[in-house]
Amino acid sequence: MKQCLVVDDSRVIRKVARQILEELSFDIAEAGDGQEALDQCRSRMPEAILLDWNMPVMNGIDFLRALRAETNGSQPVVVFCTTENDITHITEAMQAGANEYIMKPFDRDIIEAKFSEVGLV
Amino acid sequence: MTPSDFQFLADLVKQRSGIVLSEEKGYLVDSRLNPVARQNGLADLDELVAKLRVASIGPLADAVLEAMTTNESFFFRDKTPFDNFEKHILPTFAENRATKKLRIWCAAASSGQEPYSLAMLLKEKEGTADAWQADIIGTDISKDILEKAKAGLYSQFEVQRGLPIQLLVKYFKQDGEVWAIDPAIRAKVIYKYFNLLDSFAALGKFDVVFCRNVLIYFDQETKKEIFEKIAKVMPPDGFLLLGASETTIGLTERFKPVKGHRGLYALDGGETTKSVTAPNQMKAAAS
Ligand SMILES: C[S@@+](CC[C@H](N)C(=O)[O-])C[C@H]1O[C@@H](n2cnc3c(N)ncnc32)[C@H](O)[C@@H]1O
Repeated sequence: MKQCLVVDDSRVIRKVARQILEELSFDIAEAGDGQEALDQCRSRMPEAILLDWNMPVMNGIDFLRALRAETNGSQPVVVFCTTENDITHITEAMQAGANEYIMKPFDRDIIEAKFSEVGLV
Repeated sequence: MTPSDFQFLADLVKQRSGIVLSEEKGYLVDSRLNPVARQNGLADLDELVAKLRVASIGPLADAVLEAMTTNESFFFRDKTPFDNFEKHILPTFAENRATKKLRIWCAAASSGQEPYSLAMLLKEKEGTADAWQADIIGTDISKDILEKAKAGLYSQFEVQRGLPIQLLVKYFKQDGEVWAIDPAIRAKVIYKYFNLLDSFAALGKFDVVFCRNVLIYFDQETKKEIFEKIAKVMPPDGFLLLGASETTIGLTERFKPVKGHRGLYALDGGETTKSVTAPNQMKAAAS
């Protein structure tokens, strides 16, 4: 089973995303900030990461840059999922190595569409 | 609503648009026509039907028809048809035709996502050896939805279903929650009102016809007639693309499915049978 790491400081969002992604047959891991996510990736690199932008300790974009610099850090498909919904942020994320970008609020249709866009479902 | 009122509405809608309203769709009639009644100052559906019985042609009947169309659409819907277009149709034409010119018809264009997806796909090829000069014509029976298509304005929700983020960034301008498609893409599509029940005689020929997710609303007889009419507006080597739950099988001998390409049909005796990479098979092999 493919693993998806859900990185968001909101427990509610993590729960909603978990439900949707489990229905799409992912095994879910969770992290509440970028640093926690990076630690988890170092012990097990997931196939996919659903990533929030604004988080304490380490935000999403810094996490993504750090991840892409890791050995095997280019492997996971990273889908941003954030309220930062302007072209500037989207472009910055893509340049940092994001594969897709979801603008919150999201629902099952959007997650499924975006994950299929990058060949995950 | 009385059964006879329902029958009256169903007959009206079927006769004008081909759309079949079965008894189980009663809830749809209620939820969609109550607002129409209110907007026209009528107390309820009984009054609406009474008025239509007196005048079954006119703005009120038009509003009823508008309300009974289902306009859901999204960019690159189902993906496969667009893969078929790019990886089978274009290479086949490139091999067999002298000029790289195309006329494409989106026969139920709805809010424009389908024709604009094709316009973006073709725009991406501009300046390469694969470039094509294409006229894209989008038609629909709903005048309201055509206005939306022409405006090319989409919500944040709409641009997140099926549209790769790279294309969003490249071909849309953001104004708050509204995303406006690039005028250069918009200019590539011509929109017109057209009812599929009408004569196709004035339409001209189309190399590729996207007729997706509209025949599902029609009965067998109407589907057959439309397939016959589509066949007549296509050159012998033309292609027809249907929606995921639609088929020509059992309805017409004029089209035959193109092997290995779900939803893709060629005129019988028309398409040159040769193997160009099948996107579905590639996907299956890769996973
Ligand atoms: C579900 S949409 C399909 C949009 C697009 N082709 C797609 O697959 O996403 C169906 C469209 O068919 C249109 N339609 C219904 N009856 C029609 C008719 N008789 N002639 C032309 N269009 C019709 C409706 O107005 C609606 O916009």
